[in-house]
Formats: sequence, C-alpha cells, structure tokens
Amino acid sequence: MEATASVDNAAQAEESKLKTMKEEVIAQPSVDDVQGTVGTPFVENAKMSMRDVNVYYAEKQAIFNVGLDIGKNEVVAMIGPSGCGKSTFLRCLNRMNDTIDICKVEGSLTLEGQDIYDPKLDVVPLRARVGMVFQKPNPFPKSIYDNVAYGPRIHGLTSRKAELDEIVETSLRKASLWDEVKDRLQAPGTGLSGGQQQRLCIARTIAVSPEVILMDEPCSALDPIATAKIEELIAELSENFTIAIVTHSMQQAARVSNRTAYFHLGKLIEVNDTEKVFTNPEHELTEAYITGRFG
Amino acid sequence: MNSTEKMNTIDLVNKNLAKRYRAEKRFKAYGIASIGFGLLCLVFLFTDIIGKGYTAFVQSYIQLEVNLDADTLDISDPSDPNQIAGANYMGVVKKALRERFPDVSGRRDKRKLYRLVSNGSGFDLRKMLEADPSILNTKQTIWLIADDDIDTYIKSASKDGKVFTGRVDEQAQGWVKSLIDNDEVETRFNTVFFTNGDSREPEQAGIRGAIMGSLFTMFVTLILSFPIGVAAAVYLEEYAPKNKWTDLIEVNINNLAAVPSIIFGLLGVAIFIGMFGMQRSLPLVGGMVLTLMTLPTIIISSRAAIKAVPPSIREAALGIGASKMQMILHHVLPLAMPGMLTGAIIGLAQALGETAPLLMIGMVAFIVDIPGGVADPATVLPVQIFLWSDSPERAFVERTSAAIMVLLGFLIIMNALAVWLRKRLERRW
Repeated sequence: MEATASVDNAAQAEESKLKTMKEEVIAQPSVDDVQGTVGTPFVENAKMSMRDVNVYYAEKQAIFNVGLDIGKNEVVAMIGPSGCGKSTFLRCLNRMNDTIDICKVEGSLTLEGQDIYDPKLDVVPLRARVGMVFQKPNPFPKSIYDNVAYGPRIHGLTSRKAELDEIVETSLRKASLWDEVKDRLQAPGTGLSGGQQQRLCIARTIAVSPEVILMDEPCSALDPIATAKIEELIAELSENFTIAIVTHSMQQAARVSNRTAYFHLGKLIEVNDTEKVFTNPEHELTEAYITGRFG
Repeated sequence: MNSTEKMNTIDLVNKNLAKRYRAEKRFKAYGIASIGFGLLCLVFLFTDIIGKGYTAFVQSYIQLEVNLDADTLDISDPSDPNQIAGANYMGVVKKALRERFPDVSGRRDKRKLYRLVSNGSGFDLRKMLEADPSILNTKQTIWLIADDDIDTYIKSASKDGKVFTGRVDEQAQGWVKSLIDNDEVETRFNTVFFTNGDSREPEQAGIRGAIMGSLFTMFVTLILSFPIGVAAAVYLEEYAPKNKWTDLIEVNINNLAAVPSIIFGLLGVAIFIGMFGMQRSLPLVGGMVLTLMTLPTIIISSRAAIKAVPPSIREAALGIGASKMQMILHHVLPLAMPGMLTGAIIGLAQALGETAPLLMIGMVAFIVDIPGGVADPATVLPVQIFLWSDSPERAFVERTSAAIMVLLGFLIIMNALAVWLRKRLERRW
C-alpha cells in the first residue's frame, strides 16, 4: 500500500515538474480557468445580441458560453488561433450551421430582439437580412450581372428590368467594382481575378440590402493589394451596414474594426475597443496571442 | 569518415538507379502491352465483322423484260383496287423468265429457274403498277431482286478466291453466267436492308423494324429512367437523413446495378405482363424492364455528379437566402447536368445492347411489320441479330454482321454524344 503510494507520489512529482518546465518554455497561460469574458462584450444599441451561446458538433463542444453584442453600424472583428471557434460562431449568426447535420446551437441569439433560432422563423428571410461573404471567393458560374442580380431575383425585390439594372449597378458601385466591369457585365464572374471575384461576392451580398454582413476571412485567399481594396471597402460599407468579420490577420482587425473580440479554444476571452486590445490588452491570453507567443 | 559515407550513399543510389529505371520501363511496358492486346482484339473483332458483313450492303438485281399483260395478271377491271392488289404478279415474272431462257423444260428445271429471282418480286411489281396504272398491258424492262442463294453466288463470284456455290447447281450457274455476260445482272446499294422489316427470305429482310423497335424502347427507357433516377439522386444526396435506412437503400441500389439482366426480364414477365396484363413484345414493356436495369446506373452517376458540385457554390446560394430547392434547381443541377447526362447516355447505350431481358418479355417474336409506336409489337436490334445468327440461310450470315455494324454504329454515336454533351455543358469555376 505504502509502496504504491510513494510510487504515485513520485510520478506526480515528476509530472508537475514536467508541467512547470513546459510552462516555463512556452509560458502559455491556461484557458481552463477562464471565467466569463473581460472587457465590454455588450453595447447599448445592439443590432445582434448573443447570450450564453454553446455550440456542439455531435459530442464535441466547440463554443462555450459566449455572450457578445454587435452594435449598429459597427465593425466587430473576431480574432484568435485556428480552431478557436470564431468561424463557427460567425456561421451561427445567419444559421449557416443548419447545413451541418451534427451541429447543435444553444443559447439566445437575437436580431433586433427577434430570436433567430425560433423554430417558427424562416431562414430564407433571415439570410436576406444577414448576408455572408465567404473565405474563398465563390461567384456562381454565371455572368457578372446574373451573379449580382441573383439575390434580388429570388427574393422578388423587383420585376422590372430597369430597376434590376439599377440594383446591379449600385451594388457593384458600393463594392467598388463597377468601373472595372461595367463594360463586360455579361462576362462570366469566374473569369475575374481573385480580388475582383471577392468584391463581386460582396456586391452580390449587398444587392439584397442586408442589415448585417458576416465576413469569414474574406481576404485570406487574396494578395495584399486586393486585400487593401477590400479593407477600404469594409470601411465604406460600415456607414450603411453592420459588419462582423473573422480574420487571421491582426493588422487587418486593427485597421478595419471598431471592436475586437478574442476567441480562444471556444471561449470568448476578451472584447474591447480595437485600439485597447492591440495596445493594452486586459487578459494575459490576448496579450500572448497579439504578441505572437502562439497562434 | 563522413565524406566516404556520403560517397557510399551516392554510389548505392546510383547503383540502384539503373535497376529502378528498368523496373519503371517494365511497369510501363505492361501497360502498353495490355492496351496493345485490347486494341488487337478490337481490330480482330472489327475485321471479322466488317469482312463478313460488308457484302450485305449491296444486293444483286436481275434485269427482265416483263410483259404486264392483263390476262396473265388476271386483271379484268383495272379500276378495281382489289384486283390490282390480288393480281398474279409472280405469273408474269415466271413468264418473263421462261421467255428469257426458252430452252428450259420440265417442271423441276422450271421451278429452279423461277428461283433465280426473289419470290417477293411480285410485291415490287404490284407497287409499280399501283404507282403507275398506265404500264398495264405494256412490256417493261425491270430490275428484280435476285434470290438470296443467287445473290450470294454472284457476290462470291465477283470476289477473288473460292467461289461459294451453295445450293446453286451447275445449270443455274450457267443461267447466271449468261445473265452476267449480257449485262443483265447488277449489284446496287441494298436499300431493302434499311427499309424493310424482318422476313423469312434473306433478300427481303431488313433492320428497319428492329431499329424502330430499338428507338421506341430507348425512348420509353429514357423518359422513365432519367427523371426517376435524377429525382432519386437529388433526394438521396440533398435531403435524405444519414441513417440506417438510407444506408440500406444505398447498398441496395449498388446491388441492383450488379443484378444479371435476365432477372429483370423475369421480373418484367411476372409484373408487367403477369400482374398488369400487358401484351408481350411491346417496346413499352421492354422500355420499362430496361428502365429497371438502367436506373441504378443513372442514380449512381447522378449522385456522383451532384457530390462533385463544390460546397462553396451551395454556401453562396444559401448565404444570400436561396431556399434549398432554389439552390438545387439554380445551381446544383445545372452544374451536375453534364455528369448526369453522361451517366444517362451510358446507361442507355448499355440498355440498347441488352438482349436477355427482352427475350423474356417476348420481343424475340418474328415480326414483319415495322412498329409505329410504343404499343406495337416489335423486336430490337440485338434481338434481331440473335434471331438472324440462328437462321440456317447462308445470306443471313452477312446480314447478321451488317446488323452488328449498325448496332455498333448507334453505340458509337451515343458515346460520342455523351462526350460532346459533357464538353458542351461543362462549366468551369
């Protein structure tokens, strides 16, 4: 009895010694004892507000008790290391996760006070109100015109050709793509360059006049010049739209967003004004991430 | 120490290199040899079929001075269509033959003489007279179809090598020679082969009936199997929950693709003919049986085509608020269409060559009339080939090969169509 206990003790001592050594090397703060979110996750004039959101993929929990508000006409950036759940969280906001059978979302998610996970709610109008731009530019294999006109057409926004033309033009202008494509609206959308394709996707999204635009790493497949254009565009769009953007680039988050949310292993660690997050983070995990100690 | 070790490694690599390249060459040679063997078989098959069958595309005709006198024809009133239809046309043909070879006497020899021309010649004369009644009581120079034995003899005589005489004895050979010497024999393109239905007389037999039967059967198969197959594939890919039931369905669809086709024929007999009391030999029933056989192919290829549509396109459509049906109809199906069509055409090509299940439902019957619709008794090309290959007449050998050529032609056209459609409809993204 005693002998085994002493062996156990020795093993434990060894283990803790290893642990301290590891921590000394990486100096990675633990996420296990994170309780709640530091900073200012909630705002006064919230467009969308999420409370106690838990997301599961089958048995595995991907998001733990996340609460966050997205203010009106605000750009909220979500950053964090790979697999931290920021994309999963973003995709909950217009129920794109519905397409994954094993995904289960719990908690309260509201758009202007309306529960978006209400079983009686129709996702089709929801997605017209909360549009999405994806990581990889994904224009339809149709003409540029038809790409932009697709949303207005299926939602029946207009039946007149002239009005549709106008919607297409204003959307392309807002996406600052009009000047580049106005002479070849009937050319296939897939023939554009990567950056143009992504702006086309943005034009397609804003053609149905959504209230919120979700962007899932919209620049990760683009070169720096195209990225700069999209970032400029995001700044312009924030005048009319509420934007939530997931990004891997901290510089991008710093450039385009008003507030930044830092996710870590499915938990929302810190939400603060972007400037504060990048200059004076409250939480040691945030600090570790933005100083490049992991991620 | 270190450098020598390195040298050794390089040397070892170099030593093995030659061996590796040799192995690679052998590996490539196996592939080339396999392809060569396949091509050789194909060449052998084609030379055999074409060598046997090309003569079926020409037919010998014999020129005769036929006196269409009303007495011999047994026509008393030329305005009566019944009399025109029932007239004794073979009588005038026989008379013309006797006049051409006046020194033939005796019943037996005369009968042999009459067999120089096809005994279907009377129909040709009737058609001529019906088209132009003014030729009654005149002498006409007419080209009549030669009998199959004579035709085979004439064709083999015009070729180098051994002459095939068959049932044509020396006396008949003399008549044919005399006809040839007087330029009274001609070989022409065999239009009869493409315009007639089946016949007991090889020189009167054609594949028109079988081609029409095949077309009607394929039509039924296409309009049934394509929509059903695509609908099933769309449901299974896009809507069906992933559970034990859908797994079971999937396994069974794959199993169905491997069921021997004769089983489908038995099923057709039991269900369509036995239970629903449909007639035998109908393209409608044949088409339904072949639908059962083609469905798994179409479902499997359609599912593969739907799966190949990139998820980003689906997300894009859903992301701007398209409903699931709009996503499928506007984006998934157009992108999957080339693949689905290819699958359908390959399935149909398979069905076009299918024989066994159609034998079961009675499409093997001897049918002379050319079918005019899906509810007329018919036979199909492969069954026609089967029927002719079983016939004792020598002239059916070449017709069998010719029918095989026509069937292969259709299959090649269908496969080319599949390739063309895929190229045409394919969109890049």
